[in-house]
Amino acid sequence: MNIPETLDWMSVNRPALLALIRVLILVLPILILVPGFIWLERRLLSWMQDRIGPNRAGTFPKDFPIKFLRGKRTFGLLQPIADGVKLFFKEDITPASVDRLLYFLSPAVALFPAFALGGTLPWGPNWGPYQHLTPIWNAEIGILYMLAISSLGVYGVVLSGYSSNNKYSLLGGLRSAAQLISYELAMSVSLAAIVMASGSLRLQAIVEAQETPLWGVIPYAHNWFILTPFGFVAAIIFYICMIAETNRAPFDLPEAENEIIAGYHTEYSSMKFAVFFMGEYAAMFVFACLFSVVFLGGYNLPLNWVAISGENSVMAGLNYWLAPLTFLVKSLLVFSTFIWVRATLPRMRYDQLMALGWKNLLPAAVANFIVVAIWIMGSKAYGPQGGIVAYVGAALIVVALYFAVTRQTKAAKAFERRKVDLTEGDTPSPTRRSVELV
Amino acid sequence: MDINALLPTDMNGWAHLGIVGSLSGLAVLTAIGVVAFNSPIRSALSLVLNFFTLAFIYFSLGAELLGITQIVVYTGAIMVLFLFVIMLLNLSADDPSQYKRDAKPVFAGIIGLVVFGLLATAVLAPLKAINQISAPDRNEFNPIGWGSPQAVGKTLFTGYVWPFEMISLLLLVGIVGSILLARRKVTS
Amino acid sequence: MVLYLAVSMSMFFIGAAGVVVRRNPVVVFMCIELMLNAVNLTFLTFARYAPSPLIERADSTWMAGQMMVIFVMAVAAAEVAVGLGIIMAIYRVRANVDVDEMSSMSG
Repeated sequence: MNIPETLDWMSVNRPALLALIRVLILVLPILILVPGFIWLERRLLSWMQDRIGPNRAGTFPKDFPIKFLRGKRTFGLLQPIADGVKLFFKEDITPASVDRLLYFLSPAVALFPAFALGGTLPWGPNWGPYQHLTPIWNAEIGILYMLAISSLGVYGVVLSGYSSNNKYSLLGGLRSAAQLISYELAMSVSLAAIVMASGSLRLQAIVEAQETPLWGVIPYAHNWFILTPFGFVAAIIFYICMIAETNRAPFDLPEAENEIIAGYHTEYSSMKFAVFFMGEYAAMFVFACLFSVVFLGGYNLPLNWVAISGENSVMAGLNYWLAPLTFLVKSLLVFSTFIWVRATLPRMRYDQLMALGWKNLLPAAVANFIVVAIWIMGSKAYGPQGGIVAYVGAALIVVALYFAVTRQTKAAKAFERRKVDLTEGDTPSPTRRSVELV
Repeated sequence: MDINALLPTDMNGWAHLGIVGSLSGLAVLTAIGVVAFNSPIRSALSLVLNFFTLAFIYFSLGAELLGITQIVVYTGAIMVLFLFVIMLLNLSADDPSQYKRDAKPVFAGIIGLVVFGLLATAVLAPLKAINQISAPDRNEFNPIGWGSPQAVGKTLFTGYVWPFEMISLLLLVGIVGSILLARRKVTS
Repeated sequence: MVLYLAVSMSMFFIGAAGVVVRRNPVVVFMCIELMLNAVNLTFLTFARYAPSPLIERADSTWMAGQMMVIFVMAVAAAEVAVGLGIIMAIYRVRANVDVDEMSSMSG
């Protein structure tokens, strides 16, 4: 059976069936990989915290039927499955006075965006057999589709917080929703700069725009946007916003266990909690995929093998056929940096989080956008020398962002060190802290 | 029987009509849900579903950018704002036993349906003949599509740039106004 | 085209009925949004099926409906922000939200 011809025939005569196959090609691997992500997170986190992590589950017992596998270890790969089984058999407690319909619907509403988000991701180039298999929808509005679906992720959080009939859940849910919509803005503007530089919202066009020579001069390397000055700033901003969008540490105040009793998913036990968990990891993975599409060159291998060794060479063929694998490896690397950041940085307080999103990231993203616009006009009018403005502008933005985030103004320092007198006068309102901070 | 001869010429076959018809039905049902539910949260969620369905109806009309903007702006931002307000104010469901029930809603419903029927026959009947898409999907102005971001963006920034700037001023005024309205009085 | 216009007419009528019938101001706001969306759908339907040839500029002749929809969306967003701010401000003062009761212009 000649697969490319079958796919071509199906794209004309059976488009709905082919679309269903495309959906299954995306959704089933994500479902299968989610336990792998959980395992990766627990092991990597443990190694960074100087411990070993779960490595017992999955060791084959001594009387296993297949002799070769007796006693062999799988390094804890079955641990997430054990977690799943445990969660499945746990007692499913439903509080008595919840809003029934919303309570049962909100895990589904939280899970849906995590899977729908991957609809426009290109796992392979636009020719040959891969063009019929991926992306699910080669939309002209690719990136905007992903922003739209990620803005639907707010509903899962808000509805689960509200329907739990628990004021801490509601508070956690609303805070998380406010965090999500704040960081959505900076995310959109930082992506808008990349869209301007590549000329199209279509994710495949963004990958193809990165196949040009690096910085315009080096023909043997791809022009990955993270290596360009404006793209570097946009990547930093987008990375921070991605961590905030998926409610990961250090932005996980609304769902932290020792802050607000697990926030908006406090009242969800067993499988419903597992659904939230699964949705969070799937969303993290798809955002990591988006990062690698937009900034890390998508499905291409690092060097421009088509320019180095010609179009029909072995490496160019590998570049084509291994495209999904390279994409997966890049996304897993970005995913591992999420875990790295979680292990490293302490949790941010809510007002620090909101201040970062509105006062630091959004202006930086807008400034980056302006720099990209000036660069495009400059390089169109004056040639590549006009691109110097991009370097200078991006460096200035990075320096300004660093100073804005890490140095406190005098007023902020004075606020943190103020004394509050507890002995007389009115009771201070809850938003003012009542301890002297040193 | 050639189904394509009976249908509007832009809808190929029962499948397309079925999809658009069910989306339309869902839109009308959720619109009724907004008005009919007693609890404001249910109304808001019904409206969310309505906007989501409308986005798909826009996609079926070919307006991709506007459909996705509908999801981002209406479903993703405006309705979240509504839900915030309802949850923070803790608005409870209207209690139907609090106001007396009489025959007024029934009469209002009947009159409303009659007016709708009259207007529909007056307005929609002459328009039944239009079942062909007139806006060209691709021409030299928009080589990619009528509803594509390239075409809409080009038009917005060339022909309609003055309204665009005015709207951005309006949004700025809206932002400043809503921040001022939401501030608590600072007790000194 | 009649299908789309019937949907938008129904939505508009239902929204108008909601504005009259409902007592909760937030729900009244939502019905106003419903009416605005019905108008958006009408604009888009006509832009697709019967675009206006009145606009003489050749480059943007067929886009006017979509432009109008963009502006309606932007205005609706601004209006919702300000309107909900007003409702919250009223709620802080009065603590009851009933459109029929909020009839005094003072205070």
